[in-house]
Amino acid sequence: MGAFIAFKNVTKKFGALTVVDNLDLEIAKGEFVSLLGPSGSGKTTLLMMLAGFERPTSGEIFLDGKPITHLPPHRRQMGMVFQNYALFPHMTVAENVAFPLEMQRVPRAEIVRRVERALDMVRLGALKDRKPSQLSGGQQQRVALTRALVFEPDVILMDEPLGALDKQLREHMQLEIRDLHRRLGLTIVFVTHDQSEALTMSDRIAVFNAGKIEQIDTPQMVYDRPRTRFVAEFIGETNLVAGKVVDAGGERAVVRVGDAALSVCGNVQPGRDVSLSLRPERIRLGSTPAAANALPVTVADCIYHGDHMRLVLKSGSLELVARAERLAGDWPVGTEAVASFDPQDCTVLAS
Amino acid sequence: MSRPSIRDRAWAAALVAPLVLFLVLFFVWPLWTMVTASVVDDAVTKVLPRTAAAMAQWDGNDLPPPAVQTAFAEDLRSAEDQQALGEAVRRLNSAVSGFRTLLSRTVTAAREAADLASLDLAAIDRRWSDPRFWRAIRDAVPPYTDRNLLAALDLKRDASGNITAEDPGTAANRVIMLRTFVIAGTVTLVCALIGLPYAMLAASASGLVRALLLLAVLLPLWTSLLVRTAAWFILLQQEGLINDALMAIGLIDGPLPLIFNRLGVIIAMTHVLLPFMVLPIYSVLIAVPRNLMPAAASLGAGPLRAFWRVLLPLAMPGLMSGCLLVFMVAIGYYITPALVGGANDQMISSVIAFYALGTANWGMAGALGLILLAVTLLLYVVYGRLSRSPQLPGGA
Repeated sequence: MGAFIAFKNVTKKFGALTVVDNLDLEIAKGEFVSLLGPSGSGKTTLLMMLAGFERPTSGEIFLDGKPITHLPPHRRQMGMVFQNYALFPHMTVAENVAFPLEMQRVPRAEIVRRVERALDMVRLGALKDRKPSQLSGGQQQRVALTRALVFEPDVILMDEPLGALDKQLREHMQLEIRDLHRRLGLTIVFVTHDQSEALTMSDRIAVFNAGKIEQIDTPQMVYDRPRTRFVAEFIGETNLVAGKVVDAGGERAVVRVGDAALSVCGNVQPGRDVSLSLRPERIRLGSTPAAANALPVTVADCIYHGDHMRLVLKSGSLELVARAERLAGDWPVGTEAVASFDPQDCTVLAS
Repeated sequence: MSRPSIRDRAWAAALVAPLVLFLVLFFVWPLWTMVTASVVDDAVTKVLPRTAAAMAQWDGNDLPPPAVQTAFAEDLRSAEDQQALGEAVRRLNSAVSGFRTLLSRTVTAAREAADLASLDLAAIDRRWSDPRFWRAIRDAVPPYTDRNLLAALDLKRDASGNITAEDPGTAANRVIMLRTFVIAGTVTLVCALIGLPYAMLAASASGLVRALLLLAVLLPLWTSLLVRTAAWFILLQQEGLINDALMAIGLIDGPLPLIFNRLGVIIAMTHVLLPFMVLPIYSVLIAVPRNLMPAAASLGAGPLRAFWRVLLPLAMPGLMSGCLLVFMVAIGYYITPALVGGANDQMISSVIAFYALGTANWGMAGALGLILLAVTLLLYVVYGRLSRSPQLPGGA
């Protein structure tokens, strides 16, 4: 599949500050790609360059094979959904949605028809004569989305569009956007700093750090096989374990951590010092070893979280955090137990 | 919620009392004085109360009956207040000239006469046999008059009481009023053309640039109007800075006539009034979310169309209040046209000043002021209608 959107060696500097650093990124048609990272990591700047509001300091951006680096925003055919919706307050819902069609000089009758159809699709048909200020946050968000979709742009860009909504509405909108993406086959570039949002919605996630992409992969790969320490820590919670590679071959290796030797997953050279990432929910606690890796541990702390418990486990100098389901019984502080985990859940990170 | 006690109410009343007192003393009362001055015409009635009562018997033709003449003589004899008498004389003299000498002679005669009933006024002065003078007294008798208001609009009442146009030779108010509106309108337009882009620039800038831009607008407001106008006087004159500079770079051969004409008035007034345009627009624009213009661009609107469809409608309330402010302040301008304008650039305020300070004709000054006030109020009502726009929440 050829790249629909391509960034080639794109760098953006604001004065002495390099915000996007010699970055390459390819996005296929119909793909939902999230740009995930902390604030200041360059993800929004990248989106602004794609939309045409910022010019790269160097490098080229291609859309469908054609360079668009110097094309002004209004010629790019990209629908953008802004953080605070950016609805035109002096226009009604219908006028807002009709705006991009009017800009394209679509005939009046067709505008009316398409606006009606688009608003019905997001169940806002009854509110078409309201002003944005008379709508709730979720409704405004849907209008902004509809306005960006209605002129059938090549790409939909979203800049943290759900940041202003409360948790429940945000989760609802995530599913709604995901559903629209699937139904309409849209190409969506979605900027967020909320990792669960990125995991829920995306085909692929690009994790940004300091102007570079640390890892770009499917949500499962980014979560289960983080390549770097940054990715492992930014997405979800993890245990970082330092050790030395004592044996390696192919995708498997043996890493010595303290007194224990752990079978792990990763292509590394023997003799190197490495960090391992081990997700808390992958640790199974029991009275006997239950997997290839098994460590005798003592429960040092037990924190109640409603649907689960967070356990702090000690094994010699090593400290691990584990997540125990309520069904797995109680683990009072001081209990001696065995922590078991599979080699494929123990990922070697590039240091 | 409990009802506020009397004590609380008294407190609240005491807090607003200074404001109310100030408004009454410096706003309501002067305004009322101006309104009454323009319609009250009791100078003659005050001095001649008996005559005023007797005038009811006279139909206005030929000479008044002897009863009126006797009452008139009695009034004159008992007129003690010299100032009131003087005002009555001035009032009558402005209607028919000749009253000054006529009345002083008649007052002396009335005081010396033994029997007022047999006093023959025509014998004292031949002019008393002319009905014109009696008619002038009769016309001055009613305590209220529309004479000043009509005169302010270049109208008058003819002998039979119908409203007619003033003679073209003496009619000047309409021309000056029209000129006032033309100058104020031009200044408003120029202010809008300069002020809107300026406010957009200031609203889109940030930090030091914004502070400097706003300072440049506000600085003239902190300077006395007289000083600013005098500064323009220096800049615009024949050997002034602007003409010298233009000639030095060879753009013009001789000095441009920049002062003592309409151009000078408009330049100076635009400068003085620009803050009243920029500030309301600016205050509206900074409240406009910053991402609306990028949103319009991403939806396919070029810069011009985005301005026309998004920014201008949103800036409209500010633009409207700016225009209203500038226009309303401009129609009252006096110092600037007086200093940098020519004879044909004087505005209505200079006419008011002429009546108020030059001839002490408070009636005319009040009438012209009242008309200015009426126009301003009318504009305000129009603005109120226009600004009740459907874009406000709940207005739809």
